Amino acid sequence: MKREETEAFVLAQPYSAPYEHATGPVGTRFFTELRDNQKILGMKCSGCNIVYMPPRSTCPRCFAKLEEWVELGDEGTLLTYTVVRYHEPTHPTDAPFAYGIIKLDGADTGIGHLLGEVDLKNISIGMRVKAVFKEEREGNLLDIKYFKPI
Amino acid sequence: MNQRVAIVGVAQTRYQSSRDDARVFELTFEVVERLLDETGLSIWKDINAVVSSGDDYVDGKGISNDQITEVVGAQYRAEHKVAADGAFAVRYALLQVLSGHHDAVMVTAHCKESMIDQNLINNLAFDPLYQRYLGFDLVSAAALQAQRYMHKYGITPEQCAKVVVKSLKNAKNNPYAQVAQDITIEEVLRSPLLADPIRTLDCKPVSDGACALILASEQKAKRITDKPVWIKGIGSCYDAFYLGDRDLADCDSLVVAAQRAYKMAGINNPRNEIDVAEISGEFSYQELLWYEGLGLCGRGEGGKLIDQGVTKMGGELPVNPSGGLLSGCPHHVAGVARVAEVALQMRGEAGARQVPGAKTGLAHGITGPCGQLQCVIILGS
Ligand SMILES: [Zn+2]
Repeated sequence: MKREETEAFVLAQPYSAPYEHATGPVGTRFFTELRDNQKILGMKCSGCNIVYMPPRSTCPRCFAKLEEWVELGDEGTLLTYTVVRYHEPTHPTDAPFAYGIIKLDGADTGIGHLLGEVDLKNISIGMRVKAVFKEEREGNLLDIKYFKPI
Repeated sequence: MNQRVAIVGVAQTRYQSSRDDARVFELTFEVVERLLDETGLSIWKDINAVVSSGDDYVDGKGISNDQITEVVGAQYRAEHKVAADGAFAVRYALLQVLSGHHDAVMVTAHCKESMIDQNLINNLAFDPLYQRYLGFDLVSAAALQAQRYMHKYGITPEQCAKVVVKSLKNAKNNPYAQVAQDITIEEVLRSPLLADPIRTLDCKPVSDGACALILASEQKAKRITDKPVWIKGIGSCYDAFYLGDRDLADCDSLVVAAQRAYKMAGINNPRNEIDVAEISGEFSYQELLWYEGLGLCGRGEGGKLIDQGVTKMGGELPVNPSGGLLSGCPHHVAGVARVAEVALQMRGEAGARQVPGAKTGLAHGITGPCGQLQCVIILGS
């Protein structure tokens, strides 16, 4: 049968799956400090002399088990950024908005986050930024509302 | 490799923005049926095993063997699933033949990206603890990489746009391409910004399709075809998962994957020794960055390479005569289709997109944000 002779049926089938992710010992300590004390903790591998952000329990470079917590600064440097102009339900805020990867002072790796209180036309790599904490914190990375230029 | 393994046949659907006339299984059967017809092989008597590539989230199912087994002849037999790019399915099929237990293994890849907003699916590629709920997807992650790459090496938007112009022009010679047209750099630069510096025309379009191929041992291959395409080398490598662990301006995992493949294939100078390449650039800047990772030019010189016309049809090393991913090809299918396209080039059967006299070719597949997982396959006639 030729395709134009029949109407294609399409079955719409929405699906939602609310997972419960355990944060594990490392994530639990990180999020507790973030929520209760507005402290950002990284994890150091002494063998590699690298401070990881986000913290993790295994060093991906040397395979060591990591247990050396390091308190990081709430200021850092912008490694890269983008201004998002499309809309998705996964976005935490309405477009246009900016993402950055920020290397916090004291860390050797960067963390992706939102940029706020920022002129979207005036963002640059190497820019200094500072974490702005939420008033009501819940124990997730959005306890940092965004990073703002300083 | 101690034993030689060949590609003895390939089949692709035409890639289209939506194949709402068919289920993914039916798309797969389209290519499997054609592949068996063209090679004259029996699914029962000749094919010993199957490796399929696809993504359960995209397919909207929770069990990988859902109906795929039926259309690849795997019922009461074995089928193995790769939930990464299809280039890795080729790798596992190769290993099955090298094991000596199988002399002909079929690889299939399917994907209907039109079924669901790809950004929703690709958001799941990010760590649920620290990054996923910030809303990242492959487009915003690629934008972070493009910005960093262009900043570090002075790559210009015009140089990225040239990749789009080249791809869509090449695609005019490819009957399987979804998008093929003459377009100008200015038109690319005028297309709407999605996430700076990436514009709509810098991205591969949403695409549906399937691709299949058959790998055989040397002995079996010679009975099937007088034009076997030999797998000369293969290499793969992961980069760090967290984007902030890497310098996104460099693709160190591709450097390693390429070196492994070149070493196995005995290639010392890829730019001189490779005649044609089909690489997986989901975004225009990626093609330039992958040139560098593949060692076709030095670090930061991807823009210069396209400016010099080295990678255009008729250039010293044509890249993506098919039009590549920018002309339309879904995830998972992309890597198998790159291998299929290079196999056609090695057989001299690539029609209007044939690179004359091509004897050695490179196929490349990627999985994950910003090309985290890289696979390079060297083929030879
Ligand atoms: Zn270490």
